Amino acid sequence: MFSDFLQFLVTGVTIGATYALVALGFSIIYNASHVINFAQGDFVMIGGMSAVFIIATGVPMPVALLIAVLFGGLVGILLYKGGIEPARDAGVIPLIIITVGAALFLRGVAQVVWGRSYHALPPFSGDEPIRFLGVVVMPQSLWVLGITVLIVAALGYFFTRTMLGKAILATSHNRDAAKLMGINTNMVLLVSFALAGLLGAVAGVIVAPITFTYYEVGVMLGLKGFVAAVLGGLGSFVGAIAGGVILGVTEAMMAGYISSDYKDAVAFVLILLILFFMPSGIFGKGGVERV
Amino acid sequence: MSDHKVDNNALAADNPTVSARPPAEALRELRRWRWQDLVFSARYGGFFVLLAAVLLAPLFLEGLYEFDLAILVFINASVAITLNLLVGYAGQISLGHAAFFGLGGYGTAILATRHDWPALAALLAGVLLVALVAFVIARPILRLKGHYLAMATLGLGMIIYLIITTETGLTGGPDGMSVAPMEVFGYLVFDELVWYWITGILLLLIYWLSVNVIESPVGRALRAVHGSEIAAINSGVNVTHYKTLVFVVSAMVAALMGGLFAFYSGFITPTSSDFMHSIEFVVMVVLGGMASVVGAVVGALLLTLLPQFLAAMADYKWLVYGLILMLVMIFMPKGLVPTVHGWIRRWLP
Repeated sequence: MFSDFLQFLVTGVTIGATYALVALGFSIIYNASHVINFAQGDFVMIGGMSAVFIIATGVPMPVALLIAVLFGGLVGILLYKGGIEPARDAGVIPLIIITVGAALFLRGVAQVVWGRSYHALPPFSGDEPIRFLGVVVMPQSLWVLGITVLIVAALGYFFTRTMLGKAILATSHNRDAAKLMGINTNMVLLVSFALAGLLGAVAGVIVAPITFTYYEVGVMLGLKGFVAAVLGGLGSFVGAIAGGVILGVTEAMMAGYISSDYKDAVAFVLILLILFFMPSGIFGKGGVERV
Repeated sequence: MSDHKVDNNALAADNPTVSARPPAEALRELRRWRWQDLVFSARYGGFFVLLAAVLLAPLFLEGLYEFDLAILVFINASVAITLNLLVGYAGQISLGHAAFFGLGGYGTAILATRHDWPALAALLAGVLLVALVAFVIARPILRLKGHYLAMATLGLGMIIYLIITTETGLTGGPDGMSVAPMEVFGYLVFDELVWYWITGILLLLIYWLSVNVIESPVGRALRAVHGSEIAAINSGVNVTHYKTLVFVVSAMVAALMGGLFAFYSGFITPTSSDFMHSIEFVVMVVLGGMASVVGAVVGALLLTLLPQFLAAMADYKWLVYGLILMLVMIFMPKGLVPTVHGWIRRWLP
């Protein structure tokens, strides 16, 4: 009984960690620009797919993974330079449509370059399951958790201890005030999109051995990452991580104890309930509207 | 809203001649009904262009394929116009509107095909089902704002989509289900031309009603909600009432169009209710121009025809589609119709 519970918990936390990485991407971009980036899930796809195809060219795996992640960051920068910067004064809804267009564009490119079939990445360190307290853990799950924890720690350091990180936080609180303090807010936006691209690609690379990857893999992952971000309160980094883990665990419990038919619906039912009873998310601050 | 300025300009231009005559005669002159005032007015000008297009298009359309496209344009434009009342005028985003379209379609299809309901009763039931769902959900959902509202409508749409995909016994699951043809009082609606007139006349009706609603007290209340909700409340506008009203009405029109679409195509699949279809509806509104009824029709026209033109390049379809969305929004963030309208007004003093 208890080992079942632990098993579901491990599965849930693993997938929740990837939701958390996607949700962090949403929150970083939202903080910097107030844009919901509907291409966030496609960064995940870019990471996984490019890793698969770089490895296929014979590049050693660690190098290939690193290149794939950096490529994700580059796509983030290109999205900002090509889509967001030229339309910065366009208002929020046109900007959202631009990210939707970018998502379709990325999916279209992936389909042309990499085809429509499913691909798997080999696990980072073999696929010999580890047994512990009656729970079977795949080594890749440990990689996912370990890398997520490392990244969260690195982000924590970046945002509280470095000048650039603090500049990003300052810009997210008040763009005009940050600009008056001499912060290059343009640079901040660029770095935010690059970070979101990196995070998405990392998520794509670490889950590809577990879930497979294909050109449309980012659609559902993106939407669930968005749910996780809103669950924790859009723009809150702690909230994004908590939201991701809560979502992953709830999904795994639902699939384990009740039925896996509506596994994908869990995210959306959860978010509706949260929004009806706590309209600003679990960790969000209630907004005050100026008239 | 810029339409008012055109009206005022026209009045101002008339003023010198008016003031030259005795007041009583001038008044009579002003009150006299002239067909030109109706046809060329800012409010109905677009309607008469659309009327002419719907009436004349059958002369130029050839073959089933072209009529099929026209019918799809009419169906999409009807949804886009009413979605525009919600998004463009009341300022409430909905990323789940296709779910209402799909729910209406499936409700109608299941009743008509599996339970042998008369077509019109099935359509009505589908629309009422969606009205009920929209009404129940409206209050909690429309309390939310901005991105949270976007998330909630997206979530609602996804839940309806997942139910349609999962309840295979009822809906046929991911493969969809075939729908019995529409029979109205013993007459089998099958011919493309008949469908053309049904959907075309409905579009004209919805267009006419929408432009009138926009200029009515309801329309003013909706725009007040868009401008500032708190200011609207303080001016005595029952914000909750009007938001619920426009949400339910736009959901009902989407459901009606979903039902007609199911009958017309004889088949319905869950993709009719999926997230991408919802996004497509929103893009029609935004691309054509928010808060522009003409814009919604133009957006529906372009977004229905664009994939057909791109079909020739099969593999590159989504790539080009995404690129076009981005470029239009970068260079014309207000949408096509308001932007082009602005150009024309700048060129013609």
